[in-house]
Amino acid sequence: MSNPVAPRSFQEIILRLMNYWASKGCAVLQPYDMEVGAGTFHPATTLRSLGSNPWAAAYVQPSRRPTDGRYGENPNRLQHYYQYQVLIKPSPSNLQELYLGSLAAIGIDLDLHDIRFVEDDWESPTLGAWGLGWEVWCDGMEVSQFTYFQQVGGHDCKPVSGELTYGLERLAMYVLGIDHVMQMPFNAPDAPIPLTYGDVFRQTEEEYSRHNFDGANTEMLLRHFEDAEAECERLLSFPAEDPNSGKRILMVHPAYDQCIKASHLFNLLDARGVISVTERQAYIGRVRALAKKCADAFVQTTAGGWTPEAAQ
Amino acid sequence: MPDLLIELFSEEIPARMQPGAREALKKLVTDGLVEAGLTYGHAAAFSTPRRLTLALEGLSAESPTLREERKGPSTGANEKAIEGFLRSTGLTLDQLEVRDDKKGQVYFAVVEKPGRTAPEIVAEVLEKTIRTFPWPKSMRWGSGTLKWVRPLHSILCLLTTEAGAEVVDLEVEGIRSGNTTEGHRFMAPGRFAVTGFDDYVAKLKAAKVVLDSAEREEILWNEAQTLAFARGLELVPDRGLLAEVAGLVEWPVALMGDIAETFLGLPPEVLQTSMKEHQKFFSVKNPKTGRIEGFVTVANRETADHGATILKGNLKVLSARLSDAKFFWEHDLRIVKTEGLEGMGEGLAQVTFHNKLGSQAARIERIEALAQEIAPMVGAQPDLAAEAARVVKSDLRSAMVGEFPELQGLMGSYYAKAAGLPEAVANACKGHYSPLGPSDEVPSEPVTVAVALADKIDTLTGFWAIDEKPTGSKDPFALRRAALGVIRLVLANGLRLDLAKVFATANDKTDAADLLAFFHDRLKVFMKDQNIRHDVIDAVLAMPGNDDLTLVVKRAEALAAFLKTEDGGNLIQGFKRANNILSQAEAKDGVEYSFGADPKFAEGVEETALFAALDAAEAAIGPAMAAEDFGAAMAAMAALRAPIDAFFTAVQINAENEILRRNRLNLLSRIRQICLSVADLTKIEG
Repeated sequence: MSNPVAPRSFQEIILRLMNYWASKGCAVLQPYDMEVGAGTFHPATTLRSLGSNPWAAAYVQPSRRPTDGRYGENPNRLQHYYQYQVLIKPSPSNLQELYLGSLAAIGIDLDLHDIRFVEDDWESPTLGAWGLGWEVWCDGMEVSQFTYFQQVGGHDCKPVSGELTYGLERLAMYVLGIDHVMQMPFNAPDAPIPLTYGDVFRQTEEEYSRHNFDGANTEMLLRHFEDAEAECERLLSFPAEDPNSGKRILMVHPAYDQCIKASHLFNLLDARGVISVTERQAYIGRVRALAKKCADAFVQTTAGGWTPEAAQ
Repeated sequence: MPDLLIELFSEEIPARMQPGAREALKKLVTDGLVEAGLTYGHAAAFSTPRRLTLALEGLSAESPTLREERKGPSTGANEKAIEGFLRSTGLTLDQLEVRDDKKGQVYFAVVEKPGRTAPEIVAEVLEKTIRTFPWPKSMRWGSGTLKWVRPLHSILCLLTTEAGAEVVDLEVEGIRSGNTTEGHRFMAPGRFAVTGFDDYVAKLKAAKVVLDSAEREEILWNEAQTLAFARGLELVPDRGLLAEVAGLVEWPVALMGDIAETFLGLPPEVLQTSMKEHQKFFSVKNPKTGRIEGFVTVANRETADHGATILKGNLKVLSARLSDAKFFWEHDLRIVKTEGLEGMGEGLAQVTFHNKLGSQAARIERIEALAQEIAPMVGAQPDLAAEAARVVKSDLRSAMVGEFPELQGLMGSYYAKAAGLPEAVANACKGHYSPLGPSDEVPSEPVTVAVALADKIDTLTGFWAIDEKPTGSKDPFALRRAALGVIRLVLANGLRLDLAKVFATANDKTDAADLLAFFHDRLKVFMKDQNIRHDVIDAVLAMPGNDDLTLVVKRAEALAAFLKTEDGGNLIQGFKRANNILSQAEAKDGVEYSFGADPKFAEGVEETALFAALDAAEAAIGPAMAAEDFGAAMAAMAALRAPIDAFFTAVQINAENEILRRNRLNLLSRIRQICLSVADLTKIEG
């Protein structure tokens, strides 16, 4: 079951995951080109988990958690990190085996390690989503989230999607035996120009940490939050028929972009410490309301399982 | 008689849900079988992370045939009536029997409900069980609509007799029952067939699965202890963790490791909590130093390197976790040393306690004022109680409690010591949340008691003032627990508090009488556990001073003891008889007989003796009650029993002579008065 050759770098682990999930039939997508808090926000997960159309995708998603900034000093914590995300709908009955195969593919010898599925129910208050599943432990360390989506954007998931999320840095550090993320080889250690994770990201961690905690203009962020919220709702309020093309076009993805934006702006405001405990819930509720509206609209589109026949 | 084996094989079932699921499976299946007319000898349910199993011994092979007779209309009845009867029974006319009845010949329908075979019934019951299983949380998967705790993969359902094993055929959402199961996910993958329960258990064990969670607990506990003993160390017992870990593994293997020197300076509770909460490790203590120096982790498998890789990985995770804990500890200590414990709590002004009750800081101010008021009543120095109240909640702002909320209070005591605060203050930090559960220890140190009472009474009076009382099963602010905490603090320390007054001091917007009634209800529940009946408490609560709980309980205990004696039981009867006669007479005559009886109208020795006895009792009970010597008061009351009994036997109350009658009724009134001066005996039942 195990892959005889151990990977030597961060990128090799990503490439192996890409190859593995491609070999299992997933469409290998690229990251979404917006700032998101987690791979789940990618429309390939949030929106595509809705409706009846089958789906199978895998991708890396750069993710940002502004409050986790530690100026590049903490061995495990980053404000910008990578998640590897797999979403298959309907969830296949051998998803656990497929997942374990991916661990073997990145060099975890399943005969020597103790892999455990430990209860962990997932909930995203901002996306109005929840599911049941586990955190997967490898020798006591959480290496992935494994979730069967039950609801997204307030809609029941039918069929149910199986979602896998790997925290890439942590997983790679474990596989490569590295204690500090900044020391992790990004490319092959014997490459002509070997680069560590620190070579690539230390400076940006410093810059963004300062930005997130002190630099970001909160007035502007607040204004942009309001704008994104209003724009999301405005885009969804257009009639279905597009006068130019004469086609039925709902602007769900553009609207959802504004929802993503609002979510990230909220995270930044939170990191700047300008949101009180009571306000916090209200902001989360506002983002969730947007996510729900986008979900409502998506299921009215072809990708979301809508058909002219069903509409009649 | 056949044996039944059922296994529901799924993806990993949360450990905490397994005990409930075992019970539910057993109950639903056995109830269903019995309801359908089958009987069984013995039932046992088991669980591992991937399976729920039920084994029944001695199941009957079929349900009995049931014969039902129904009487119909007479043979001479009109056609419509007969047709109706045929419709309702589903029979034809020639299938009916004609029998002689009192009124002539009558149709009878005899319907035989044939018995059904065990497989038929089992299939039906199991399908229903699966579809209605009471998981605390369940989910759908794939394209299906079935709900289970995690995806259900296979159903094993086997009836075994001496003749052999037979699969009970059923299908639930595309899952067809069979006679196969799977072994350990990693150590023995693949399916295999079984022929019965013993074969199942043996083959599972060969496939590295220990079916019984109790056996897994025993194995891992023994292994863990052996590892610790071998190094001269000892395992810290933790039953809850043991049960949880046993629910996480099918093949337990204990591995022991050392905590790095650099973390040994952390408080032992921090080490224990961090290891338990995050890693589910058992703590290992060095009996010589008393420190937590090692851990035991439980793997779900054996490996070729005897767990070396697994242990190394676990150590690495632990080290990262403890580095965090150490960072929090050092960070908190730095703040406490520069800004003091009060300084640490500064941010509490921004934390809302409840939107109608203000911030945590406002709450602390109230607790401080109240603790100062209560202090003299509990033997504490008011200024020390106030100082403690100011800092007991500060650790809520510490990094450590932010990470481990369950360490609140305890961290406060460490930080109080580090800040150089008095011992009593440090102890109040730790103890003021107590008692939490009904079995939790009750603090006795005066400063801790003062703050603990102030904290709880502030919460209770606050929520009463904004009308957020517990209703039915809803008690989101744990007010019942807070009231019970106050009750236990008062009783365990023998405190004499006028609670109504304390409530009024704490919050003048509180309906103190209503809150006191809530306390009385909690007190009844609490005393019931101490084997004191609710009617005894009611009898005592009707007396003045019922907000002094120590007094109430002293009275109740004396009364309960008295009622257990023969004199007590009889006296109550005598009292009730006197009270009934008197009440009836008072109702009839429209007057109250409370003028006092005159001994000069006494006739016969019994009546004279009762006068004397009442005089003696009155003289004894008054001072005894004033001195709170309830035993003496009860004894004085007990002395009334014989004279009252004798009086009722010898004397007729409703005498012809109206003067005598009134005098005797007034005499009964004295009995009532004297008895009621001890407790309201009308509340006593029986």
